[in-house]
Amino acid sequence: MTSSKTHVQTPKIEMTNVHKSFGTKDVLRGVDLTVQPGESMVIIGGSGTGKSVTLKCVLGLIKPDSGTIKIDGTDTTTIDRKDHDTLMGKFGMLFQGGALFDSLPVWENVAFGLIHGHKMSKEEARAVAIEKIKAVGMGERVADLYPAELSGGMQKRISLARAIATNPDIIFFDEPTTGLDPIMADVINDLIVKCVKDLGATGLTITHDMASARKIADKVAMIHEGQIIWVGDIKDLDNSGNEYVDQFIHGRADGPIKKHSDLAA
Amino acid sequence: MTVVLNLCSNIGATILGLLSSIGAITAFAGQSVAHIFKGPFFIKNLFRQFIDIGYYSLPVVGMTALFTGMVLALQSYTGFTRFNAEGAVAGVVVLSITRELAPVLAGLMVAGRVGASIAAEIGTMRVTEQIDALTTLSVNPYKYLIVPRLVAGTLMLPILVLIGDLIGVYGGYIVSIHMLNFSVGGYISQTLNTLQAIDVISGLIKAAVFGFLVTLMGCYHGFNSGRGAQGVGAATTNAVVSSSIMILIFNYVLTQVFFS
Ligand SMILES: Nc1ncnc2c1ncn2[C@@H]1O[C@H](COP(=O)(O)OP(=O)(O)OP(=O)(O)O)[C@@H](O)[C@H]1O
Ligand SMILES: [Mg+2]
Repeated sequence: MTSSKTHVQTPKIEMTNVHKSFGTKDVLRGVDLTVQPGESMVIIGGSGTGKSVTLKCVLGLIKPDSGTIKIDGTDTTTIDRKDHDTLMGKFGMLFQGGALFDSLPVWENVAFGLIHGHKMSKEEARAVAIEKIKAVGMGERVADLYPAELSGGMQKRISLARAIATNPDIIFFDEPTTGLDPIMADVINDLIVKCVKDLGATGLTITHDMASARKIADKVAMIHEGQIIWVGDIKDLDNSGNEYVDQFIHGRADGPIKKHSDLAA
Repeated sequence: MTVVLNLCSNIGATILGLLSSIGAITAFAGQSVAHIFKGPFFIKNLFRQFIDIGYYSLPVVGMTALFTGMVLALQSYTGFTRFNAEGAVAGVVVLSITRELAPVLAGLMVAGRVGASIAAEIGTMRVTEQIDALTTLSVNPYKYLIVPRLVAGTLMLPILVLIGDLIGVYGGYIVSIHMLNFSVGGYISQTLNTLQAIDVISGLIKAAVFGFLVTLMGCYHGFNSGRGAQGVGAATTNAVVSSSIMILIFNYVLTQVFFS
């Protein structure tokens, strides 16, 4: 699963020295991260260390205080609203909390990007939506339910279906397997691998689930206290030589990462 | 001494906060209005808001207008008999209703009903990241969420107020005819003789402004809602309070513009 691309190419995503604070709380303290086209990058790190904020900065949902973020070589921190809307057409995003539209039935949630972004007809979009609903392991009969009628894990999977429905070029998954049973988690892992490998998309996944990380990652980046402290191939994860990474992947309470590091700031 | 200083700094901070939020609201309003004129348009959302804001507000606006018209007839009758001016009841009812009471009371009722629900709905969407999700699906949240509400509020409130005018005047009529023994012909002709087009038109223009303000405040506070249930609760309260106060202020300003 390693990336065999050796020739020089424009990175898909390139974050340089990105800072972001909320009030007095410094969340990102100089994030540098590069993701190559077609690569599947997994970000690991403690709770509250700024993983979700990092993704939202790339998407332009949160404006970084300083630093540059380039997508396909163009700086996105300075583009205007209209170009930003167009840029979003390249992205699919699975939000950590699902973020399904509760006023719309399940199928319209999944078809939303197809109907509004790709101007597909409703009938056609519904057919694609149902196909995606099946791909995330659910039956056609959930299509007409409302998100509030689904369990948490089902909402997560519908949200995943929505993120991949438009076959985006870059897909972000914020904790895709959290709240799923182990079997369903593996179905989702396979689906993510399929999206990234078969469809040639670039993937950026946040996860606490090391089994999932091992399955879907080409590369792993570890974030700690607002900085990327280690990046490497997945095969090097177990002998990274980095004590933070070792503590994290083995889930040990003792080590350089303090128990309350998320409150340290 | 420190108490006085604290008080002064509190007042200063409040005024600064007020000024900066006026600036933020104006910027939000400008941006929203700019989106009204550029597509894509979400017609289905617009119609849903017509129903939510217009149709479902009818009962509450109708009831308010009916009882206001009725009590107005009763009050002005019992008050005016002291000056032997009972003949003015019909005129007082129709002018008060059309110029002032129908637009202001409808505005306040809609602020409570619609302003609160808009702030709660959009605030919840903000807190649960649904607004972020719209953006990532290439749909502009201003066009999808804000514009339909602003347009529906601005167009629907005048219609509600026009209906409120009719119901309110009719309420005054019922009380006058059935309880105060006015003659039908006399009351109607007095109503029509007093009423001028400007009375109704000014009320409808007020209504449009109030409709814009209520939906704007609902959208603004919801859109900028703080985090969690507490944030949404605060957004809802702020939307109702600020739109009610703005209705009262703008009512005075508009009255001054129309009638002086
Ligand atoms: N909109 C915001 N306003 C204020 N603070 C925020 C905001 N978003 C995130 N934060 C803060 O930034 C920090 C990082 O949040 P983030 O959601 O990125 O954590 P995370 O690494 O994704 O954690 P988890 O694994 O628990 O999801 C947290 O302390 C959070 O309180
Ligand atoms: Mg997170």
